[in-house]
Amino acid sequence: MRIRHWFYTVPLRLRSLFRRARVEQELDEELRYHLDRQIEELIAKGLTPTEARYAALRALGGIEQRKEECRDMRRVNLIENTLQDLRYAGRTLRRSPGFTAVSILSLALGIGANAAIFQLLNAIRLRSLPVANPQELAEVRVAGGNGGYGVQTGVNSELTYALWERIRERQEAFSGIFAWGNANFSVGQGAEAQRVRGLWVSGDLFPALGVKPAHGRLFTAADDRRGSGSAAGAVISYEFWQSYFGGEDSAIGKTLIVLGQPLIVIGVTSPEFFGLEVGKSFDVALPVCTRAGALDRLDFFWLVVMGRLKPGWTLAQASAHLNAISPGIFEETAPPGYNSSITDIYRNFRLTALPAGQGVSRLRTTYGTSLWLLLGITGLVLLIACANLANLMLARANSREREIAVRVALGASRGRLIRQTLSESLLLSGSGAALGAGLAQLMSRVLISFLNTEGAILRLDLSSDWRVLAFTASIAVLTCIVFGIAPALRASQIEPVSAMRSGGRGLTNRERYSFQRFFVIGQIAISLALLVGALLFVRSFRNLITLDAGFRQNGILFVDTDFERLRLPRERIVQFQTDLLEQIRSLPQVESAATSTCKPLAGPCWSQGVRVPGAQGEQEGGSRFTYVSPGYFKTMEIPVLAGRDFNDFDTATSRQVVLVNQTFARQFFANRNPIGAPVRSVAEPNFPETLYEVIGVVKDTKYANLREDIPPITYVPAAQYPSPGPWANVVIRSSAPLSEVINEVRRKVGALSPAITVQFKVFETQIREGLIRERLMAWLAGFFGILAAVLAMIGLYGVISYMNLRRRNEIGIRLALGATRADIVLLILREMSALLLVGLGIGTVVSLAAAQGASALLFGLAPHDVSTLLVSSCLLAAVAGLASFLPALRASRVDPMVALRHD
Amino acid sequence: MSKPTDLVQGTLDLLILKILALEPLNGWAIGQRLKQVSGEVLQVSDGSLYPALHKLEQEGWIKAEWKLSENNRRAKFYSLTRLGRKELEKEAANWNRLSAAISRVVKLKEA
Repeated sequence: MRIRHWFYTVPLRLRSLFRRARVEQELDEELRYHLDRQIEELIAKGLTPTEARYAALRALGGIEQRKEECRDMRRVNLIENTLQDLRYAGRTLRRSPGFTAVSILSLALGIGANAAIFQLLNAIRLRSLPVANPQELAEVRVAGGNGGYGVQTGVNSELTYALWERIRERQEAFSGIFAWGNANFSVGQGAEAQRVRGLWVSGDLFPALGVKPAHGRLFTAADDRRGSGSAAGAVISYEFWQSYFGGEDSAIGKTLIVLGQPLIVIGVTSPEFFGLEVGKSFDVALPVCTRAGALDRLDFFWLVVMGRLKPGWTLAQASAHLNAISPGIFEETAPPGYNSSITDIYRNFRLTALPAGQGVSRLRTTYGTSLWLLLGITGLVLLIACANLANLMLARANSREREIAVRVALGASRGRLIRQTLSESLLLSGSGAALGAGLAQLMSRVLISFLNTEGAILRLDLSSDWRVLAFTASIAVLTCIVFGIAPALRASQIEPVSAMRSGGRGLTNRERYSFQRFFVIGQIAISLALLVGALLFVRSFRNLITLDAGFRQNGILFVDTDFERLRLPRERIVQFQTDLLEQIRSLPQVESAATSTCKPLAGPCWSQGVRVPGAQGEQEGGSRFTYVSPGYFKTMEIPVLAGRDFNDFDTATSRQVVLVNQTFARQFFANRNPIGAPVRSVAEPNFPETLYEVIGVVKDTKYANLREDIPPITYVPAAQYPSPGPWANVVIRSSAPLSEVINEVRRKVGALSPAITVQFKVFETQIREGLIRERLMAWLAGFFGILAAVLAMIGLYGVISYMNLRRRNEIGIRLALGATRADIVLLILREMSALLLVGLGIGTVVSLAAAQGASALLFGLAPHDVSTLLVSSCLLAAVAGLASFLPALRASRVDPMVALRHD
Repeated sequence: MSKPTDLVQGTLDLLILKILALEPLNGWAIGQRLKQVSGEVLQVSDGSLYPALHKLEQEGWIKAEWKLSENNRRAKFYSLTRLGRKELEKEAANWNRLSAAISRVVKLKEA
């Protein structure tokens, strides 16, 4: 029935819409026919033609009215009217191209900035992994984190191989469970070796995720067997296949030397699979079981375990199940070599399941808050831009008062008038959004390039999905409502009689400016909040870069060498390290060089428990441990404040000695002289308990990053390092250009042996990269803060100029009655300062609340920093003063005679 | 001002459908026929006839065709569709029920 109904009606509606002229003509003809027949009949009854015509028209009650009623019956009036409104709006906007261009451009910038940041947020926080049914994925973790137990390879590495094996055997909650870990792999040999992004994957990973090969085949459980060695081969990513093998089919079956092992390439993953960490991607994947040396270490946490929940299992059930099997698993896998209290911590770990449909991401924790905050900031800037636009449109509506009055008088309904004005806003915001969406693509890419570092290029999927589209569309509608509704309401409230009577001047009562006053207050309040935010972030960043970290920063180069492939016997490793250092020191560009096990400001390295005997028994605590060669403090220019520096006589067999930093001394030797005091380390695997003697105190330096408080640090001679490995990290100080030093070192080490891999990092680059987030916030918040102030100034200037123009008469009368020009300026400024004060008051409350939310991102100042608030307020007051003084001055120069005669 | 206040709401549709069920007619002729058959009792204003016709057309109950009228001029002739015939049956049945009920009430004797 319904369908048959549509069969008749749909063609009719389409006809009314698209053959409008024809339909109109038919309507006209039909009514004319009726009229003619009626007239004929009336003439036949004896009326004169003129009388007959009038009578027929009266009977019909007005042709145009009847036509309109018939049109209403077509049921497409809404569409038709909207189209008509939009056409009319388009014509109106074309008539003032300046206004249109400025409005669309400012909206495009505002909407674009919002959309760009939302795109990033979407890619980092909201988007699901590109695998089948990502919502079923869960991550198995130690509840509350493993607290940095043992040795960790990265932010997300939570579990050891032994734990993974047992979880796989005993769990019942997941239909498929798999493990993976990030690593850097070297590909190729000798000087041609290059570092690629590696992924250790368990055999079940690809099947459980449903990742399809683009070529060849992917690992299965059969490839991931202990002892299978290099037989399993390697799987490469689509991207690596393209860049390294040029996308050739022949890549499958080729041999790739990974970590010094020749491996057969068995397959290529599908293009959309980038791994499981958002923002990262991988080049080469190897089976977990082929990572020699990592499988039996119970204290080596390097795996992330994820699984696909069985149908019917919830996360809570899975967590409860994992919790139940935890005691046995942790009991069996407790790493030996720790003392009992630390081992107890391990035994009390419990497993839990967390949602993992969006993968894991370091970016999420690092940038999540910043991005939400930036979205808030850009949202506020857009709001200010909207307020400006609303003011402009109000001014336009006021100058079109007569036109609107005429329309009302002719019978236009209020609803129709509102729709009319809103169409104009909609057209503006729609064009702005369309342009902004394009701009967003550009801006989000610029943002990402801002976040890239030397070692880690961000890979984010920025394609527009429904979320980005919905966000942009709703922002367009929202802005349209924000800046369009007030002018629309104003227009609909115009009383035709008074509007026509008062001529071009309009009314002069106070009430009519209430919208504008409201906007001025709102703009000042929001601008203040943005300015305060900008200043806080800029000052935080300044605090960080001007901070005295305690060591030299420029001219410092880190050289990480790895000579595992030389396969040196353990007893020769230390000698080789010393030789390597001597070779580097012999370069004329190198002023000073030393080895260290820890690069400062590059994250935490090694911590161990310490026991310090004191007056009230032994004091227990933790300290960072860094093993440095003699000359380290000279190289980094860290002053030795008391005692002596290490020298070549501190060897593996001599007395075990340490230098401690000031914080260590303060914490463990409150009022005592630490020199000569004993410090005992708490045993860890490969790091047996050792009794050290403190021989000196060095100045405090920042450790893992610039933000955190300085921890206690213990420095031990490199010669006394308990578990030397086939690597050496060298610090070089040089006043020569570091690129030159890099080339020289590369040449020198290459001459020693081509099998040694070398990596360089300029300290200043590393520090800069450590402050990316702060730099980003400072730049963007600063930019938007200034933009907000400028926008507010423009808005204020516009409103005040306009209000003064409308008050010319009043000002003219005041002048005629004896007011001086200064009086007039003061009058206007007084009114503005009232608005300014209210705005600043509201803004202060808003900025305090907002800054509280951002306190985690600040450094060296409190969120309620008074001077920041004062400076921002003064700045804004100055801006507002300037913006109102010029129009006030102009208003006071008006000639009273001209102003009064103007009527 | 031209709403068919003189007619029970909705009955104009029924009347038009009924008249068109007999033969296709143009707008003016429909008005004439209405007056004629109702013995001038049902005065449908010319103003309300055309919107009603257009409504029925948009509902798909009647369809329009341009034909030559009896005085040799092009006129829009309306005729009933199959949907319209069904609608007419429904409306007529409704009307019969309603009018029967009303007349029963009107005929009640005062006690």
